[in-house]
Amino acid sequence: MKALAARRQDRRAPLVLLLLALLLTGAVYAVATPARADASRLTATTDDVEAGRALFMANCSTCHGTSAEGSDRAPSLVGVGAASVDFQVGTGRMPMQNTGPQVIAKDVQFTDEQIAQLAAYVASLGAGPAIPTAEQVDATLGDAANGLALFRTNCSMCHNAVGAGGALSEGKFAPSLLETAPEHIYEAMLTGPQSMPVFNDANLTPEEKRDIIAYVAEQQQPQPGGFALGSVGPVAEGLWAWVVGIGLLIAFSVWIGAKSS
Amino acid sequence: MSTATTATPTRTGRAAGATADYLDQRTSVGGAVKEFARKVFPDHWSFLLGEIALYSFVTILISGVFLTMFYVPSMNEVEYTGPWVTQQGLHMTEAYASTLRLSFEVRGGLLMRQIHHWAALIFVASIVVHMMRVFFTGAFRKPRELNWVVGFVLLVLSLLAGFSGYSLPDDVLSGNGLRITDGVVRSIPVIGSYLSYFIFGGEFPGTDLIPRLYTVHVLLVPALILALIGLHLLFVVLHKHTQYPGSGRTDKNVVGYPLFPVYVAKAGGFFFVVFGVIALMAATMTINPVWNYGPYDPSPVGAGAQPDWYMLFLEGALRLMPGGPTEFVIGQYTLTLNVLIPAVVVPGILFSALALYPFIEAAVTDDRREHHVLDRPRNRPFRTAFGVAILVAFFILVLAGSNDIIATHFLLSINDITYVFRVLIFVGPALAFWFTKRFCLSLQRKDRELVLHGHESARIVRFASGEYIEVHKPLDEHERWLRVQHDPLRPLEIGPAEDARGVRRKGHRLDALRARVSRVFYEDRVEPVTPAEWLAAQSHGEHDALEAPAATQAPQLTGGGRHLVEPDVQDGERRPTGGGRNLVEPTDPDGTDRRG
Repeated sequence: MKALAARRQDRRAPLVLLLLALLLTGAVYAVATPARADASRLTATTDDVEAGRALFMANCSTCHGTSAEGSDRAPSLVGVGAASVDFQVGTGRMPMQNTGPQVIAKDVQFTDEQIAQLAAYVASLGAGPAIPTAEQVDATLGDAANGLALFRTNCSMCHNAVGAGGALSEGKFAPSLLETAPEHIYEAMLTGPQSMPVFNDANLTPEEKRDIIAYVAEQQQPQPGGFALGSVGPVAEGLWAWVVGIGLLIAFSVWIGAKSS
Repeated sequence: MSTATTATPTRTGRAAGATADYLDQRTSVGGAVKEFARKVFPDHWSFLLGEIALYSFVTILISGVFLTMFYVPSMNEVEYTGPWVTQQGLHMTEAYASTLRLSFEVRGGLLMRQIHHWAALIFVASIVVHMMRVFFTGAFRKPRELNWVVGFVLLVLSLLAGFSGYSLPDDVLSGNGLRITDGVVRSIPVIGSYLSYFIFGGEFPGTDLIPRLYTVHVLLVPALILALIGLHLLFVVLHKHTQYPGSGRTDKNVVGYPLFPVYVAKAGGFFFVVFGVIALMAATMTINPVWNYGPYDPSPVGAGAQPDWYMLFLEGALRLMPGGPTEFVIGQYTLTLNVLIPAVVVPGILFSALALYPFIEAAVTDDRREHHVLDRPRNRPFRTAFGVAILVAFFILVLAGSNDIIATHFLLSINDITYVFRVLIFVGPALAFWFTKRFCLSLQRKDRELVLHGHESARIVRFASGEYIEVHKPLDEHERWLRVQHDPLRPLEIGPAEDARGVRRKGHRLDALRARVSRVFYEDRVEPVTPAEWLAAQSHGEHDALEAPAATQAPQLTGGGRHLVEPDVQDGERRPTGGGRNLVEPTDPDGTDRRG
């Protein structure tokens, strides 16, 4: 006990305590954060339209209007199609939490069945892009090399070379694609949410969209070089070179330079 | 060593002796070994920072030799048929294809590439850290000004080495960097476009560049770096190493351990530590995943396209510069100040200030003495503040070059970040300068306080009369010497403009300029405690009365102050030598033969 008490007087003690406190906070946070909902999907049928309308009235009509005609706060949803709903609601962007430079993807608020019902309702309002079929978004059928060529011509200037995301003007940003589901990537290209341009089928054919999905799927695999450091390029590498590399080497210098007595 | 050889020699001992004798008879190397083995080096962790640079350079050489075995410096077009799925069937240069082969097909190739690249980042970083140590401790003063310049050239060469190497894989990211280089070169008035054609062998990107960069990267720059490292170390041997101030350390001796065996072991071991840290990083962390970027094509630019950290300040300067209104068309020529200023003028100013600082400081201090005892940064407020200001400017530019990463990771507006940095690049260094200078002066005042009054002991005593005092524990003589050993620095005083006969004095205008700059350097100062002040303080607080006259008489008093409190003049026995294992090089009476 005496040794313990002496240690408490050590001037490094506050540092150790701080580290322990940080570690504890991190651990509690990791445990307390709810796991993400499983994204197994259902196929929507027209029978769901009525259920979808009810959901819409309860959750969306405040901004989008009781018949989805839009308001000064939100656009009309007539003709946006099921793909748009599946993307916006399926990635947790809608219902929107608060206004800001950009609608943020958050935890998904509805079950897959409810999303399908909402999509079916909106699709019934007017013709629009449909949710892609499983085959259209199957990465294994795509050509990843062609995907790379397409991705860097059409996507990488905003989403970064591997889809890790990047900044746009005024606080807007292109989100990371490294955890995005293939159908959401496809739907985003098809509907052009927020700042993103629309890549219609004349612009990028469905096959080409699948090639891009195949390329992104390759990036979601473990990388050969070790930790990817966020895949954001040389800035992260420089940071790690200074913090880990120079940090460790200076620590060793202090150790070697310390008097042996 | 001598005890080992006089004992009965072992087989290996005899063999070693015979080998040494064989070499010595043919090369007379024995004298040099004896000389070097006994060379004394002072001990401090910050003296190892330069070694990090040296060892990471050795690591770069070793891994680089491996890479040249497989890399093909050619811009011939080939079709990729290797294992990496996202490149299959793409057309690319042989340079890029061979880099992919090196990464995925050559055994250990990816590890070697990553060792090479991490070592390069560490190399430049350690040069900067080493340079900071040299700058802030004043190790660049006479006789080491030339070695500072050598070190500065080494820094520039390391940037060139890094940049040329970064461009060799011929992927999109490195091509973006070259495109910016091309733009910067073209922004130079009059000769820009000619220079660009000269460098690239025609219109950018051309087909000549990779072979040219290869020669620069594996032959020209490394040879220059090696030669200059040799010169750098030769200077260290000639000048002997500097040492931190402390009792027993003067400008005429070196206190430390001999090279052999202590430093041979420490330095030899440290190489493996440096190599080990770099190898650990290379084995666990991806660096420059060229396979993600694809073969170079001038059209695409990915978000987050940045150079390696040591070039990031240039990128930042370019990102900060406002665009449109700073471009002028004069006749049929375009003057692009929006590139010229951030990419040529700003780094030109930063680097010139760095290279010339020792000469400027010597001129305005009128300092022609040799210095082997380092400064404590606090005792040189202007220098310390100036160095911090340059670092802050550099750091702000680095952050500005990372503005998109900052925006996405901290959910900020990239526009706002840029506006803030546009102000900060002017305000930040000025604030840092002011703050650092004040901080140094305060630390000096604290030193004065300690010398005059001693440590606070937290022991409060009440006298019978009811008066309370706190007992102060006086500093021991080593602590005190550390705080009073430095020379007070004052602004230059120059002679009159005209001599007694009214003839204009030669060089007066230059002197007047020096004096003006000197005032900027030394006008605000806190001088070390003089012996008179100290003696007065010993006799219970009367120093307060003495302080004002002492300042006016200071020139006569300070010389004496250095003897009064230096402990080892008073008592040779009490030198803090740690059991007699430290060697003190004998003081050289006339100071001429300093090159032991």
